[in-house]
Amino acid sequence: MDGYTTSELGAIFAMQGFAGISLFSVLLLMALGLAIIFGQMGVINMAHGEFMAVGAYTTYFLSTFTEAYFPSFLDYYFVVAIVVAFFVAGILGYFAEFILIRHLYSRPLDTLLATWGLSLIMQQTFRSVFGAREVSPTLPDWLMGSVQPTEMIDIPINGMFVLGLTIVVTLGVFYLMFKSNWGLRVRATTQNREMSGAVGINTKKVDRYTFALGCGIAGIAGAAFTTIASTGPTTGTLYIVDTFMVVVFGGAASLFGTIASAFSIAQAQSILEFFISGSMAKVYTLLTLVIILMFKPEGLFASKVRR
Amino acid sequence: MSFFYEKILGGKNGTAHLLILAAVILIIFPLFLDAFRLNLVGKYLTYAFAAVSLVLLWGYGGTLSLGQGIFFGLGGYGMAMFLKLEASSPENTTIQSTPGIPDFMDWNQLTELPWFWEPFTSFTFTIIAILTLPALFAYIIGAAMFKRRVGGVYFAIITQVIAVILTVLIVGQQGLTGGINGITDLRTLNGWDITSDSAKYIFYFINAGLLLGVIVVSRLILNSKFGHLLLAIRDKEDRVRFSGYDVGNFKIFIFCFAALISAIGGAMFTLQVGFMSPSFVGIVPSIEMVIFAAVGGRMSLIGAVYGTLLINFGKTTFSESFPELWLFLMGGLFIAVVMFFPNGLAGIWNDYSHHITNRLGFVKTGYNKIKQTLVPQKIQDSSH
Amino acid sequence: MSLTTNTDYTLAIEDLTVSFDGFKAVDSLNFYLDKNELHVVIGPNGAGKTTVLDLICGKTKATSGSIKFLNKELTELNEHSIVRAGVGRKFQTPSIYENLTVLENLEVSYPVGRSVFGSLFFKRTETVLEKIHEIAKEIMLFDDLETEAGLLSHGQKQWLEIGMLLIQDPQLLMLDEPVAGMSVKEREQTAELLNKISQGRSVLVIEHDMEFVAQIAHKVTVLHQGKILATGDMDAVQHDPKVIEVYLGH
Repeated sequence: MDGYTTSELGAIFAMQGFAGISLFSVLLLMALGLAIIFGQMGVINMAHGEFMAVGAYTTYFLSTFTEAYFPSFLDYYFVVAIVVAFFVAGILGYFAEFILIRHLYSRPLDTLLATWGLSLIMQQTFRSVFGAREVSPTLPDWLMGSVQPTEMIDIPINGMFVLGLTIVVTLGVFYLMFKSNWGLRVRATTQNREMSGAVGINTKKVDRYTFALGCGIAGIAGAAFTTIASTGPTTGTLYIVDTFMVVVFGGAASLFGTIASAFSIAQAQSILEFFISGSMAKVYTLLTLVIILMFKPEGLFASKVRR
Repeated sequence: MSFFYEKILGGKNGTAHLLILAAVILIIFPLFLDAFRLNLVGKYLTYAFAAVSLVLLWGYGGTLSLGQGIFFGLGGYGMAMFLKLEASSPENTTIQSTPGIPDFMDWNQLTELPWFWEPFTSFTFTIIAILTLPALFAYIIGAAMFKRRVGGVYFAIITQVIAVILTVLIVGQQGLTGGINGITDLRTLNGWDITSDSAKYIFYFINAGLLLGVIVVSRLILNSKFGHLLLAIRDKEDRVRFSGYDVGNFKIFIFCFAALISAIGGAMFTLQVGFMSPSFVGIVPSIEMVIFAAVGGRMSLIGAVYGTLLINFGKTTFSESFPELWLFLMGGLFIAVVMFFPNGLAGIWNDYSHHITNRLGFVKTGYNKIKQTLVPQKIQDSSH
Repeated sequence: MSLTTNTDYTLAIEDLTVSFDGFKAVDSLNFYLDKNELHVVIGPNGAGKTTVLDLICGKTKATSGSIKFLNKELTELNEHSIVRAGVGRKFQTPSIYENLTVLENLEVSYPVGRSVFGSLFFKRTETVLEKIHEIAKEIMLFDDLETEAGLLSHGQKQWLEIGMLLIQDPQLLMLDEPVAGMSVKEREQTAELLNKISQGRSVLVIEHDMEFVAQIAHKVTVLHQGKILATGDMDAVQHDPKVIEVYLGH
């Protein structure tokens, strides 16, 4: 750390801070969908990463499609792609719930295994349809490059885009779960399924749509990540463990917990990365999480539950 | 005599199944397979150790671990370290800038052996380490989690994360561990060439013998009061606790035992295949071990072995001819086992085998008839 | 803070309170149980009856107060230590090991070989078998020793659970609604059983069936909103004006 002037240090911290915030938004976007599925429904979806990949591949597909037939729309397709990714992943999730998940609600460990099987099938489908090599959509110009508020601070535009998208999605989820009628029904079903059924809530439908929503959000995350990295058949498995850690650490039942968890994990990891190698930073972060979870299994930010 | 027969051999059925398995792996395979294929089967049988460990831990104990690869890997790396040190003797490594240390350390500009490698120059230490360190690691994890009543899904996820931590650690510290390529180029064990065909034969039989031994010991455990308690804990943990048992201790023990078994498997893997890498430590191999147990039958020690063999045979066959099909099949298998046959092949066998044994009943009656007609003759003969 | 007074009672509960987020499920409860006493606790739903049992056996942690069992402070102990001290608890829904036989259920509850290694090397000796047979006869399941517990009738399952507690020879036996779901004949048999086993120990029962209560109770306590409303023998309690109001009033 020697040899840097104060302003240089300031710039480094600013960029590191932004890298941390960028990582935070990535983790949060991934975790939001899973928090809904795991936190609200208690379902372990090991295929969550693959639903993200669905979003990414959808974006790639739309990108090639636009390039081939509507090259003049290249600047606009991306936002459309995000919306389409949401629906594609969501619909797939809807069917997955219908065919598979709904039989396994009382058996969480079995859901874990069954969804892993689903993820294998999805991975192979990606490989068969899109090939084994990694692909990337052609990103519109306005996403490229960076903004330079000062000479030494370089903020990539795609990072800001993902951050903005995360904020929009988080607010959307918050509004949906806590301010809308439908969200009320979801929460009622999770808290007391029998009673909810008794008052006329179609709990099966609520489950199905909730799962679909979680997958849809995963799709958005996948679409957003095409701005950061390329996509391959196994990209989903890269993210799944991190995502679970964020959700479990945040206290699965709490949306605020998920946000706080994603923030602390992201900051911890990026700050560590500054001092030590990337892999060791990851090891220490995960290790700390595991140790904390051993002391507080319900998650660090879980609200107090009556014993 | 009766205790031995009932508890260890498992009565009439149990003995028969154990004998059949022993015959298959000790006689039939070596007889009909060439050295190369037998070595392959030996490799599969090392995975079977992990599958058997899951029968104890998950099938009977109700605790799903998605990280048995951790212990398999620790056992395997222990053995690999010993073998690598032997292969990196100063005579063999004269071209290195620092002779006497493993090649990957030399590439990473290390000039001396890291402290934790030193003891692995001794074979005795290595064996002791393989038998104790993974179990010790399991004890730490188990004590931290089971004493705090962390179980079920949370436990499974945490084992997964620990598997990731270990993998990232191994891959990231190439100088200390050989990195993503693992520890390779292993040649001799105390002077004896482990790559020769004869060595592979011997290791195969040691492996098979150990596996059968592990199954017998596991049966002992499962048939004791401890085993009944394990089932009870799986089904009604609270009732067990309120009958005066410290449930956490029981879970810790079976977790450590499962770790021990997996570690032995890992060590035998290194001996037979000649290398160890982080690709046997992480989440993918760990969850494959679960599927071996699930398909074979999570409640059946012997079934788990067959499950392991079946899936690995399938993998080898299909990946050559229909690589695309294999992952679909695996994924489908996961789902099918969970949804339709939760007790795996062993469960199906238990449910339907009486159809076969009844049909074979005609053989038995025929045999008895023949015996009857022969016996009078015998009496006649012996009167000479 | 545990009180240091020594008592002759088997169970001495003093000032016991448990509050969940401000709601006092049990409120400054004082309760005493003698040896050889069969005490029934009754009261409307939500009165806190099951919570009291939860507190005694350690399932729930008290907010304040003391529970002394044979002069041992239970609020400081964990669940399995409380059991080993001599407290047995039967749950509302029969809590037995469905996949094991009746004999194995009793064997697993046998109070020897309770540690990991103890259970690994536990031998089914003649002594053990004798005790199992003795208990099985008491709970009327001697002919069903080899039956898988899951196949027993509802009443038989309740008896098995009682047997699993009896084989540990507890000084305090707590039964939560032991005759729920039983036929009339089974209730009679259970009443006989409970009267027999209350010799030499204290029994605490939660029940709703008044006829059954009359057959077994030495003393009755009525719990209401976490507090004791009335206590005494069956007659006195039934005619207590406060009790009548709570049950029949409003």
